[in-house]
Amino acid sequence: MVATVITVILFTMLVLTALAIVRIYSLFAVVMLSGVFSLLSALLFVALDAVDVAFTEAAVGAGISTVLMLGTIALTARTQKKATRSGFVPFVVVAVTGVALVYGTLDMPNFGDPTAPASMHVAPEYMTGSVKDIDVANVVTSILASYRGYDTLGETAVVFTAGIGVLVLLSGLGRRRREDEEEDA
Amino acid sequence: MFLAAAIALFISMVMVLTRLYAGPTVYDRVLALNSFGTLTVLFIAVLGFLSGRPDFLDIAILYALINFVGTIAILKFFRYRSLGDISQVPDKKGHDQ
Repeated sequence: MVATVITVILFTMLVLTALAIVRIYSLFAVVMLSGVFSLLSALLFVALDAVDVAFTEAAVGAGISTVLMLGTIALTARTQKKATRSGFVPFVVVAVTGVALVYGTLDMPNFGDPTAPASMHVAPEYMTGSVKDIDVANVVTSILASYRGYDTLGETAVVFTAGIGVLVLLSGLGRRRREDEEEDA
Repeated sequence: MFLAAAIALFISMVMVLTRLYAGPTVYDRVLALNSFGTLTVLFIAVLGFLSGRPDFLDIAILYALINFVGTIAILKFFRYRSLGDISQVPDKKGHDQ
């Protein structure tokens, strides 16, 4: 009961934050609000017992991406331009998509249902075989690092490449090189 | 007891969100984001005791570290308009450096 109330309050604040992000034109405030948005979703993940996901959300959403967005603001503009066209059609598209997604969740199994298809397929094997196969007591660790080791390696490579790309873009490497060429000429 | 703490934290979160929405200055908003991070840390701690499993306290401490580093990064960004090497930043306000 208490958990449900907490989840509902957190979701209400999440929706209010999202509405504020849409309403505000000062991009700096939007960046701060998106930090709050990801802190709130991290809290929701903690409430759902997904602590590792919550930590990633807080580190990436509230930490790194806030700073990256600030860097983008410094390179572009500080306020959003007023929309010239009416937002009616985008609103209808978003509303229909949202209703379809909510309709899709109606068929899903309940939260924590042990007979859900997702926990019937290979999960029992992982749960029983983790200690015997891999000798790691923590099942999440054994799945991420061993059963799905190549998958995790690929993900890490993707994130690493993306990080290097953003760093190169924001460091002004091209700009500096152009200045050097101008000095040489 | 912990329920009362949780309710108090929710009320403070709403107040901080109001300040973040209303502004008016940049520093109000930076401070609001920092306070919201602190409230998140406190709420994770309270949530652990509410559900009877205070195992996530160390996670809450890590959140506090992220919050601190993030605020420093934002403020440094405001001061120097860059996060990289300060000596390469164009010297806009000569008397500042």
